[in-house]
Amino acid sequence: MSLWEYANPVKFLRLSERVLPWFWGLSAMCLVVGLVWGFFFTPDDFRQGSTVKIIYLHVPSALMAINAWFMMLVASLIWIIRRHHVSALAARAAAPVGVVMTLIALFTGAIWGQPMWGTWWAWDPRLTSFLILFLFYLGYIALWEAIEDPDTAADLTSILCLVGTVFAVLSRYAVNFWNQGLHQGASLSLDKEENVADVFYQPLLVCIAGFVCLFFALVLYRTGTEIRVRRTRALIAREGKLA
Amino acid sequence: MRALLIRDLRLALRAGGGFGLGLAFFLIVVVLVPFSVGPAPELLTRIAPGVLWLGALLACLLSLDRLLAVDWEDGALDLLATSPLPLEGVVAIKAVAHWITTGLPLVLAAPVLGVLLNLAPAGYGVLVLSLLLGTPALSMIGAFGAALTVGIKRGGLLLSLLVLPLYVPTLIFGAEAARRGAEGLDPGTPLLMLAGITGAVLALMPFAAGAVLRVNLR
Amino acid sequence: MDLTVTNLAVGRGGVPVLAGVSFALAPGEVLVLRGPNGAGKTTLLRSIAGLQEPMAGQVAGAEDRIAYAAHADGLKSALTVAENLAFWAAVFEQTGIDQALSAFDLHDLQDRRAGQLSAGQKRRLGLARLVVTGRPVWVLDEPTVSLDAASVALFAQAVRAHLAAGGSALIATHIDLGLDARVLDVTPYRAALGAVASSDEVFL
Repeated sequence: MSLWEYANPVKFLRLSERVLPWFWGLSAMCLVVGLVWGFFFTPDDFRQGSTVKIIYLHVPSALMAINAWFMMLVASLIWIIRRHHVSALAARAAAPVGVVMTLIALFTGAIWGQPMWGTWWAWDPRLTSFLILFLFYLGYIALWEAIEDPDTAADLTSILCLVGTVFAVLSRYAVNFWNQGLHQGASLSLDKEENVADVFYQPLLVCIAGFVCLFFALVLYRTGTEIRVRRTRALIAREGKLA
Repeated sequence: MRALLIRDLRLALRAGGGFGLGLAFFLIVVVLVPFSVGPAPELLTRIAPGVLWLGALLACLLSLDRLLAVDWEDGALDLLATSPLPLEGVVAIKAVAHWITTGLPLVLAAPVLGVLLNLAPAGYGVLVLSLLLGTPALSMIGAFGAALTVGIKRGGLLLSLLVLPLYVPTLIFGAEAARRGAEGLDPGTPLLMLAGITGAVLALMPFAAGAVLRVNLR
Repeated sequence: MDLTVTNLAVGRGGVPVLAGVSFALAPGEVLVLRGPNGAGKTTLLRSIAGLQEPMAGQVAGAEDRIAYAAHADGLKSALTVAENLAFWAAVFEQTGIDQALSAFDLHDLQDRRAGQLSAGQKRRLGLARLVVTGRPVWVLDEPTVSLDAASVALFAQAVRAHLAAGGSALIATHIDLGLDARVLDVTPYRAALGAVASSDEVFL
């Protein structure tokens, strides 16, 4: 039995209906455990105080914001190469989830940045890259919405996703270069890996697991919705011809 | 291919072709900046390279939505697709024509407008060079965006949304080179990066744009 | 070389419209397509011209041999009649537009801007483009729209000349062109339910 069998929408739906409760449950469990542990049972950071605890929302959402785009890239490639409809629909379903993750990362970053850096927003390379990623998500979603024929939309958005990925990576390096040019070294940037001690690290891992499960659950759920929309469309087309 | 280029240039120059529109827009942006930020010469000197690059980019963006839409609406694109010309070549030529009628005049006008913004004397050469290297990429990326949105009614806003993030690397390196030039620093690295991006865009983007156009035509 | 269409199925937006269309078109022949509006004539012609992928079946002898003309003529109103024709001649690597000008009685108009022509004159210019392509197979979608009786006769004459020179033509039209043409009614080929897998089929 091959993985490609689930490229069939009906089989995919059946499978996703079976695994979805598990993902919902796992993500709820991980998030509750991770966030409660992180918010209430870790000590305050000696420099940052309790503000550091926003890390339990900020880091996982930022991680998933990038991973969601990466998933869309893989799904787009599968659509271009093998033309499995489920793949294109999964990419479409992941985009709004990714854009929300990006927004969460940007907002929690601002809330964290205000007490730490004294500013809601700085044109730091990381922040700027996320803003650009946000624009890419918006463009991708807008293109899906603007085109009526689903196969055409899938083709165009897939190519946009490929081209966009190249330019997103390019922008990441360009932004690094540009900010150094303006600020002589990023004094505001915070190296997270270095700062995080084990006490903070373990609940963070649980939170990340929770966000990953939540992402899978949301994408599976939304893909199911997209498949049903297409199914309805196909049924209407068939009925229309019968009449 | 040459016939297509000549036709597009001729169309741009005749009445209603929109030649000079980008140039006028560039002028408007540059003239409005001192009104909005104040006439202090030091401030204008500092922001001049960035403003000139931004103005050129916006002027370029302005004319993109007609790049392929005209040929799409009057059916010429269908006929070109059934002609011996490859669609990749058609898009590339369209981008070249766009650059000659929009990008090149902007490059030539930039030094004149630099005077209005009190650009440092050392900056003129690098500014023109950076625009010369960067604007072809703006036209080619724009042609990709135009190919994506060609079938969409009133796709102009969507086109801007799709193209703007793609313009970021070019704008960063171009404006950075111009700034370094104006401040008497070595603009070599950003200029090389800019040339690299433009080269890669010119080499690869026609294929992406051609593929997209083929999808839109069917 | 014949244009051979075998068991062709074509669709709009992933939904099959026509299926099982087969015919051959030899040099010197005209085939007229008929059928009610929306039957799929335009889709069929676009598929044969290579603008869209057929959903099933083959088209042989079409590659680089087709001159396609549809409702939109692709004329540039800012260019003169001669410039419009010369452009298409150059694109198709041909020289000389005189023959096309005289075939459609455009000599007197050749320095006029295309934007100043009447609808019928524009149409004649659009059809004259076929002559300058030098391509042997004309695929025409409603070529006589907005032509008066005299112009239709002119067009029929041009088609006859094209056939005499070894060309062939596939024309979707409702009027009688006075040509010695075979007629293919597409109505019987209307895609039956489930005859061809539509791209939505997997969702059912």
